[in-house]
Amino acid sequence: MYGGGSIFEPVKLDELAHEDPVKLAEFEARIQRGEKIEPDDWMPALYRKQVIRMIEQHAHSEIIGALPEGTWITRAPGFRRKMALLAKVQDEVGHAQLLYSAAETLGKTREQMTLDLISGKSKYSNVFNYPTFTWADSTVISWLIDAGAIVNQMANARGSYGPYCRALERICAEESFHLKYGHDAVVYLATGSSKQRQMIQEALNRWWPPIMTFFGPADKISAHTEILMRWKVKMATNDECRQQFLDMYVPKVWELTLTLPDPLLRKNEAGTWEYTEPDWEEFKQVINGKGTCNKERLAVRRMAEEKGAWVREALLKPEATYVKPLA
Amino acid sequence: MNELAIKELLYTLADNQLILGHRNSEWTGIGPILEEDIAFSSMAQDKLGHSLAFYTLLHELGESDPDTLAFMRNAAQFHCCHLVELPIGEYDFSLIRHFLYDHAEAIRFEYLAQSSYEPAAKVAAKLRGELKYHLLHANTMVKQLGNATAESISRLQQSLNYAFPYALGMFQPSPYEADLASSNIFPRESNIQAQWLESIQKILAQTQLQQTAVHTISPVLGGRLGQHSEYLQPLLDEMAEVINIDPSTEW
Repeated sequence: MYGGGSIFEPVKLDELAHEDPVKLAEFEARIQRGEKIEPDDWMPALYRKQVIRMIEQHAHSEIIGALPEGTWITRAPGFRRKMALLAKVQDEVGHAQLLYSAAETLGKTREQMTLDLISGKSKYSNVFNYPTFTWADSTVISWLIDAGAIVNQMANARGSYGPYCRALERICAEESFHLKYGHDAVVYLATGSSKQRQMIQEALNRWWPPIMTFFGPADKISAHTEILMRWKVKMATNDECRQQFLDMYVPKVWELTLTLPDPLLRKNEAGTWEYTEPDWEEFKQVINGKGTCNKERLAVRRMAEEKGAWVREALLKPEATYVKPLA
Repeated sequence: MNELAIKELLYTLADNQLILGHRNSEWTGIGPILEEDIAFSSMAQDKLGHSLAFYTLLHELGESDPDTLAFMRNAAQFHCCHLVELPIGEYDFSLIRHFLYDHAEAIRFEYLAQSSYEPAAKVAAKLRGELKYHLLHANTMVKQLGNATAESISRLQQSLNYAFPYALGMFQPSPYEADLASSNIFPRESNIQAQWLESIQKILAQTQLQQTAVHTISPVLGGRLGQHSEYLQPLLDEMAEVINIDPSTEW
């Protein structure tokens, strides 16, 4: 997990007015040729800002995403699930570590990013503001949210910022195991006792609306991101990712004779998935702090940061100065 | 071969590792720094894996399957010491517990690898390499934090004082100790304790932490015989919460 549905703020093109037109043209030509941009290369301030924002949101999503699943490690049923879930959530924390380093190459420190997360200034994937009521909810996250993340990350791994692409390649390799684990855990519930089937169906019903918002608002209402696509910061539109996800995973859900709570969900003759438009008003409300779990998630993160402050202070050697990580 | 003695030893080893692994896994997602979050999750996985290996040996001796042994027994049937049962508390306690426990565990694994009971010897020989990393981690962090700030030194000192009586409880002898020792299956706990003291003192001497004289401390005993702290049963209830929804099915 768990990137996906990054929230880009509307791009103000006048921010580009101060840039050197020759350098800007060369920068765009490099991206056009498929070259990667490296940390010490020239880049417009707007690119730096947007890439930091995107990687930072992704990193936060990993570390916050560890919470709804992490609470099930101590309750996972049996050795196999317990060890696999523990390894999976550990991977997510590891992804956060990789991604914070990737963002640091652009000049924002991990400490500052963490502060922005717990103050509510930075965003993370909206789906983690929903609760995991049962074990089955945690399996739905492991399967379908990770599946969504892979769709998004495979696209972004072809983007223009070198350190982010390299981090994503490593992350995607691990995600594919998460997907297998999640699918396996869902299959056991779907083909198990009537109680287990009921659990997984209820979890799917609960999680489907948030999953449908995972890739962000519909293209027709989302902020204009043409320049971000030209700069290969954003690699596919929200709707393109959503279509790809539906095409890959709805048939797999149906294969298990489970249902999805959307009467309009179907693939039309043109091969496009039709669905009930998600409630984007709710999405906006939740991302701005009004979801079931926003407060709890940030409170846990804040508690971890505060309780860990003395450790971080003690680990800082007096002679240490800030070192930008190697890309 | 005294099968009862071997089973008791295997239960003690497995239960300690399971419960400590479970406790360490509680740090996943809330560690004081990402690197430590990852380290504790990693060690938790190893501990769970080690307990699984010993439960598997028990299963081969006719006991229930590992999931049943780990998830379906009540506290009185567990053989773990109180040290591993205690809540994770703050990071200083979890680090000190990890330090005190793994120094003993590393010595146990070295003996076990030489055991005349071959199945356990094979498991220990295979897994002891992982213990080296646990020790390396514990020693590095204790040396760093035990020499850093006034707060880190004082926190570690308090946790060390608090944990020490519990740590001595790790060396409660088996009811079959004489048998185990005479048949070269496993040495006496007093031997392990003596080596452990030497081993932790080597590290503590490189810090500003003080260790009280062992003979003035009474160990917290009972775990090996099924008498546990108030913390074990709630932990086991939590562990079995999902499996108990339907214990007859696969998850």
